[in-house]
Amino acid sequence: MGILFEDGNFGLFRDGFLRTVELSAASAVLALLLGVLLAAFRVSPVPVLRTFATVWIEIFRNTPLTLLFFAVTFGLPRVDVHLSAFVCAVLALGCYTASFVCEVLRSGINTVPLGQAEAARSLGMTFGQTLVQVVLPQAGRAVLGPMSSVFIALPRNSAIAGAFNVAELYSVQQTLSERGYAIFAVFFWIALAYLCVSATVALGFRRLEHRPAVAR
Amino acid sequence: MPVRMPVRRTAAAALAVLALTATAACGKSGSPTAGAPSTGYTVRTDVKLDGSATFAAAKARGKLVIGAKADQPGLGFEDITANTRNGFDIEIARMVAADLGFPESQIEWRTIDSANRETALAGGQIDYYVGTYSINDKRKTQVSFAGPYYLAGQDLLVRKDNTDITGPESTKGRRVCTVTGSTSVDAIRTYGAEVTTFGSYSQCVDKLITKDVDAVTTDDAILKGYAAQNPGELRVVGKPFTTEKYGVGLNKDDKVLRAAVDDALKAHEDSGDWKAAYDRTLGTAGSAAPQPPALERY
Amino acid sequence: MTARASVLYDVPGPRARARYRAFGVLGALGIAALLWYAVAQLAEHGQFSAQMWAPFEYTAVQQRILDGVRDTLTAFGLAAVLSLVLGVLLAAGRLSDHRPVRWAASGVVEFFRAMPLLIMIFALYQAVFSARPLWALVLGLGLYNGAVQAEIIRGGVNAVPRGQSEAGYALGLRKSQLMATVLVPQAVRAMLPAMIGQLVVTLKDTSLGFVITYTELLYVGKLIAGNTSTPQGYPYIPVVLVIAPIYIALCLALTALARWIESRGRRGTNRRTPAPA
Repeated sequence: MGILFEDGNFGLFRDGFLRTVELSAASAVLALLLGVLLAAFRVSPVPVLRTFATVWIEIFRNTPLTLLFFAVTFGLPRVDVHLSAFVCAVLALGCYTASFVCEVLRSGINTVPLGQAEAARSLGMTFGQTLVQVVLPQAGRAVLGPMSSVFIALPRNSAIAGAFNVAELYSVQQTLSERGYAIFAVFFWIALAYLCVSATVALGFRRLEHRPAVAR
Repeated sequence: MPVRMPVRRTAAAALAVLALTATAACGKSGSPTAGAPSTGYTVRTDVKLDGSATFAAAKARGKLVIGAKADQPGLGFEDITANTRNGFDIEIARMVAADLGFPESQIEWRTIDSANRETALAGGQIDYYVGTYSINDKRKTQVSFAGPYYLAGQDLLVRKDNTDITGPESTKGRRVCTVTGSTSVDAIRTYGAEVTTFGSYSQCVDKLITKDVDAVTTDDAILKGYAAQNPGELRVVGKPFTTEKYGVGLNKDDKVLRAAVDDALKAHEDSGDWKAAYDRTLGTAGSAAPQPPALERY
Repeated sequence: MTARASVLYDVPGPRARARYRAFGVLGALGIAALLWYAVAQLAEHGQFSAQMWAPFEYTAVQQRILDGVRDTLTAFGLAAVLSLVLGVLLAAGRLSDHRPVRWAASGVVEFFRAMPLLIMIFALYQAVFSARPLWALVLGLGLYNGAVQAEIIRGGVNAVPRGQSEAGYALGLRKSQLMATVLVPQAVRAMLPAMIGQLVVTLKDTSLGFVITYTELLYVGKLIAGNTSTPQGYPYIPVVLVIAPIYIALCLALTALARWIESRGRRGTNRRTPAPA
């Protein structure tokens, strides 16, 4: 188990860990923004936007993430869009996760009592105001549970970026096992690092859930 | 949602049908490139290798199982449009097979990637392996090697218009691509290059063509194949800075077979088959055939 | 659709209708422009040239793709069965009355839920199954998805009304009988959409087999792209455009199958329990 502290492996491991955290955080922000936008499209009164959001979600939810990585990493340069491997990874992960965020939000919107939206409308609020000021904040509470699963899955999915030139934990695992260290020793440390990340995310969500609920 | 369900189901069905027709529709056979075919080697008929377990097993099953690479043009390449294999390593494997008494029709090819060569040989999944397999002492503890049949060295592949990169020293601060976990990574890093890694060399070459990296580094033999594949665009720098001896990987315990493979290599090197195979494969990139290296029997 | 959407906005009047139509036209134009730009860019960079698409004309390549689909479905089928069996076992473990069993099951579930599948598969492949990538893939997929299925089933069992288990105990059922005959069937019925959703994830994740040279669909796609050289480079975009629809179709077919089973299940219950009180 001491392999971590030999031959400068610790630096490699630490950098990989930080990269995983960075990548997950950046993708989470993109996924959240895009997910909210898509959810707004999905419930909007404009049919074209609804269709667009539906098609987007069906495509991204049913395509393997690895294939998205391929498309972004090798497809974009072909049309003269040159991005760093990290940005490519954020794009692929963010767009993929956004479709799940959108679905969770949409089901959350359904849980908000009818009266809330009706009251908002009777006050003369527009669709945008109703959604942003009344419905989404309340839906937010209901979706914390399923949302936490989506965001716990994100750092885990980020491992795929390791196969596409992002020096995060998966690529650290490959490098170390290629250097001839016992696979289980390497696996132990990498597993520990991922458990830390996902435990942190889970804890964060649990704290959010335990904040006193607003009376409805 | 129930209203939209049929629509989605229809869409799914339509997509499935489309996908099936796209793949199952009438198609061509054969290969678009149809590179120079193997001339074929004289198959020996009276081969007897007493004491070789691998050979006895191959004879019993009537097939020789050879491990190779599938994604290295000029060396070990699978032409997926025609289901055939070609390249220098493949030719070497065919020569050896002919001398062991197996014609092309009795060869079964298995694609084995670098990480699994030792396991495949030790476990008897393949009878021998020919695929840019460098002989070194660490590997000799698990498998044995006939040969070497080719000397390679780590080199650089660049775009044709690039004149700045003249050798490993000039890669300092440049973006150099190689394959995840290969020994080339550490070697080029010592020169201060900014290393990019992907899962396969063709991905690195793609990045080189789209100018996302400045060079690709690995054994020159592999690079020559890619240069030949993209003749107008890429060239090999031609200053190898390591030495790799390619050998035929064999089961560690089968000394009889190792001697037989060494004999076969020697015979074909002397007869000129070796040079002809080189000219037909790696040589199409424009480099003249080198002298075959001296065998290291042990 | 309309019932839910109309909660958020009134039935549009003439002016609102005009506004929506304007938004609709603008949106459609924007999307069309984006699509057109993307297609034009692809065409300009030679992605629609005949050479780029040539490999797909050959029967050998078509056969490869079909074999890839077959291998993907094989891995999926085995992993799906394994994950469901494991899910039921782990869920039973987490709901056990014995504390050690509960702890062990929780530990297993939490561990495999947090581990990246890619890393699991890679480690299994390197350590145990280097000769048999299929088993590394199936085991990795089964362990991870089993842990997730266990959580779904447990959530479903907990959601069954208390009265059900009380009634069961009152009839003298043992805990295992109660589970097998009362709670789990109801939980599975309630959780079917979530379980199917996870099966779709399982199907998509078979594509991770490409890192361990299992010849599934994505691996085949990678081979086609990497082994076809054209003057415009390797045909990664055509391959993505062919492979992605196949995956999407497979996943949608699975979802449709799930909906069908679900609707049949509902009909079944309705026959037995005529009307809710």
